[in-house]
Amino acid sequence: MKNNTSFKSVRKLTTDKIWLLVVLVLFFVYPFMVSNYYIDVAFFFGIYALLGLSLNIVLGEVGLFDLGHAAFYAIGAYTTAILNTRFGIPIIVLLPVSAFAAGLFAYVVCSPVIHLKGDYLCIVTIGMGEIVRLALLNNPFDLTGGPNGVFGIDFPSFGIFEIDSSIKFYFLIWVVVALGIIGLIQLQHSRIGRAWNCIREDEIAAEANGIDVRYYKLLAFVLGAALAGVAGNIYASKLMIVSPESFSFMESCMLFCIVLIGGMGSIPGVVIGAAAISLFPEIFRPFAMYRMLIFGLVMILMMIFRPGGIWPRKRGVI
Amino acid sequence: MQVIIEQLINGLTIGSFYALIALGYSMVYGVLKLINFAHGDFFTLGSYIGYTILVFGSALVTSHFGLWGGLIAATMVAAISLAIVGILVERSAYRPIYASGRLPAVVSALGASILLQNAIMVIWGPRYQAYPASLIPNIHLHLGGIHITLLQLVILIMSLCLLGILYYVIQKTTFGAAIRATALDRDTAALMGINFNTVILFIFTIGPALGAVTGVMVGSYYRQISFTMGWNYGLKAFTATILGGIGNLPGAMFGGLILGVLEMLGCAYISAAWKDVFVFLILILVLIFRPTGLFGETIAEKV
Amino acid sequence: MNQNRNEIVLQTQHLTKKFGGLTAVGQMDLKVHRGEIISLIGPNGAGKTTVFNVVTGIYKPDAGNVIFNGENIQGKKPHQIVAKGIARTFQNIRLFPNMTCLENIMAGQHCRGTAGVCASIFRTFGQKQEERRIKEISENCLRQIGLEKYKDELAKNVSYGNQKMLEIGRALATHPKLLVLDEPSSGLNPRESEDLIDFLKDLVKEDLTILIIEHDMKVVMGISDWVTVMDEGRKIAEGPPDKIYSDPLVIEAYLGKEEDDMEL
Repeated sequence: MKNNTSFKSVRKLTTDKIWLLVVLVLFFVYPFMVSNYYIDVAFFFGIYALLGLSLNIVLGEVGLFDLGHAAFYAIGAYTTAILNTRFGIPIIVLLPVSAFAAGLFAYVVCSPVIHLKGDYLCIVTIGMGEIVRLALLNNPFDLTGGPNGVFGIDFPSFGIFEIDSSIKFYFLIWVVVALGIIGLIQLQHSRIGRAWNCIREDEIAAEANGIDVRYYKLLAFVLGAALAGVAGNIYASKLMIVSPESFSFMESCMLFCIVLIGGMGSIPGVVIGAAAISLFPEIFRPFAMYRMLIFGLVMILMMIFRPGGIWPRKRGVI
Repeated sequence: MQVIIEQLINGLTIGSFYALIALGYSMVYGVLKLINFAHGDFFTLGSYIGYTILVFGSALVTSHFGLWGGLIAATMVAAISLAIVGILVERSAYRPIYASGRLPAVVSALGASILLQNAIMVIWGPRYQAYPASLIPNIHLHLGGIHITLLQLVILIMSLCLLGILYYVIQKTTFGAAIRATALDRDTAALMGINFNTVILFIFTIGPALGAVTGVMVGSYYRQISFTMGWNYGLKAFTATILGGIGNLPGAMFGGLILGVLEMLGCAYISAAWKDVFVFLILILVLIFRPTGLFGETIAEKV
Repeated sequence: MNQNRNEIVLQTQHLTKKFGGLTAVGQMDLKVHRGEIISLIGPNGAGKTTVFNVVTGIYKPDAGNVIFNGENIQGKKPHQIVAKGIARTFQNIRLFPNMTCLENIMAGQHCRGTAGVCASIFRTFGQKQEERRIKEISENCLRQIGLEKYKDELAKNVSYGNQKMLEIGRALATHPKLLVLDEPSSGLNPRESEDLIDFLKDLVKEDLTILIIEHDMKVVMGISDWVTVMDEGRKIAEGPPDKIYSDPLVIEAYLGKEEDDMEL
């Protein structure tokens, strides 16, 4: 009996490793087999994966209703855009700066409202998202370029090696996503990740068992914002232009859907959710104007038949 | 002085739009804890159906019953259509998900919203449509020095009447008490003999119907309609619901009115571009000092 | 056990808590001595859980002090009070339902760890050591309450009696000096109640002080070194269990209300 189970688990480990190898090979080979257009599609898949992972910290791990997450993405993108086009600061240097700016913004904005219960926090995040978008649109102090946004953003460069092609951006984003995934898995299986999950399960019980709920909620927001800021930085330098319409309430809703459809709190789930959301418009392109209609229908059907998400979180693996 | 009163009337008009939509939102939200994103699209659909009836039925109705007759016909058809659509959406997109919890319901509601919005686009086209000026009564009044159109007056009076009727139904009738009870504690309400399905029937017919009526009013007031306008109105309505306090139906009404007035004030004294920012900032401030909304939530958690 | 009591570990002085117009707790003086098991009894609505909630920081008192090991703790946040050494369970069990039993216990150990974000992401040596220690202590706790075979079972899937024990286990994992239990025997059958009594008596041998709210008189009589009786927000009697059992004031408080408040 004992031999049987250990053989099964060894076999599973090997199957997992083989799958991982297959995915890695496909990942490396893919950009050399397809046109630039499809490399860019994979790039945006990566961006949404990163954004989904960043929202997952707040929504998936802690269970906070964040429907304004695009604001952090915007702050990261615009920080990069403005500081690069106005002061010539290199994009690579601006990556941690953007992360910091987004994180700081989250800290300042969420501190006074973090104690609010579920749905009230939700409307505040929506409001915050709208305030950011409108502020960017209205071009205060002539900083943000209004509806046209900011253009002329550089490419990132490491000394002489510049990231200036679709293929290089593809690898850049996915390296960042991979690092993000590793970091998030470590957090998940740590004291911090457990504290987050306890807060999601029962806030009062968590507090009554020694968890500083306020601190960990804020931490989740700050980390989630910082990661979204990183996505914003890479997005800005890839597109070379940022404008407010990329950071609308609809965008926040899409991120929300990525986490829910993929599987709340589940890292592989979120990546798959990002694939679903970003690849869907491509796959259904032939349907032209019915595309979004089908998208809405698919969302409803997904929730009816698989409310836990495509790849729900499995517990008990410490 | 006149300007202030005119602004106030404008604010109350917009506010009553928000209030009527917020009421539909709040009913669903209070009873099901579901953020019905599709509600804004019920409003839009109502507006478009009203437009179609008005334009294509004009030969029939308007010529016999005049411009007002046309509007009334448009409103009634829109209301009845949306009552049906509302129940259809509830049965197909929401009912199967009640057991799965709140978050899947949010995604489903978003899906329903996207579906409806794009269905409207497919049927009526992506460009703006406009309620024809020739089919809208355009009578200007000067009451005590205040300039107002008859249409605006009618809209304002009708909205306030509707709000008044609903306030009465919700606060003073037994059925209203049943709705409020279900919003507070669904299981206990059921144990007390309240038929949950009847409550659902009510909120998913009256709510969308109200939204449709508001849609026709907005269409005739602003004349220009687009298939994405539900998004913005829905968001404002949700804001009004929270501002008034979750589960508090009269609160949602007042929240809507207050929101409309605030928006007008912001528009007049700050700027049109920043008015929404102003409104959201006020909302956030209110919640910081009154975490359960202006009129409070009636539930306390027992530890 | 009347004379020769240890020093006071927890004390409330003139504690008052109002909810709107209702005074749930008024001028409550409670004393808990180290190493004892003290029962707080009284009819429903007497304010017992409210006292617990104030002591554990969930409510701020309107007046009065809570002194724990010589320190004023009223108004402090619950997680700070846990770190100081008071752990509690809830009247209606509040576990983390979608986490495993082991994870629930490990939550209790949270306040005894220090690893931060960076240490956790980069898996420093100190963090790994701490995680090992947390896991070991939690597994011991699980063994102590007899639930080690449910280690990887989701908390919502275990039986009611086991859930009650799990909640106590989680509280124990915080290494408390004072354990505050709210109706630990409610919903348990007589056999389970007896097991609970034995378990709690064993705990006290490890220099733990226990304060419990109870309605089950068998548990109260079987376990308490001292009994404090509340009615309508105030203390109306206190003393060793046999003295309280025959106190006319106590009997009137119970019989004046519903008869089944006092299960004999």
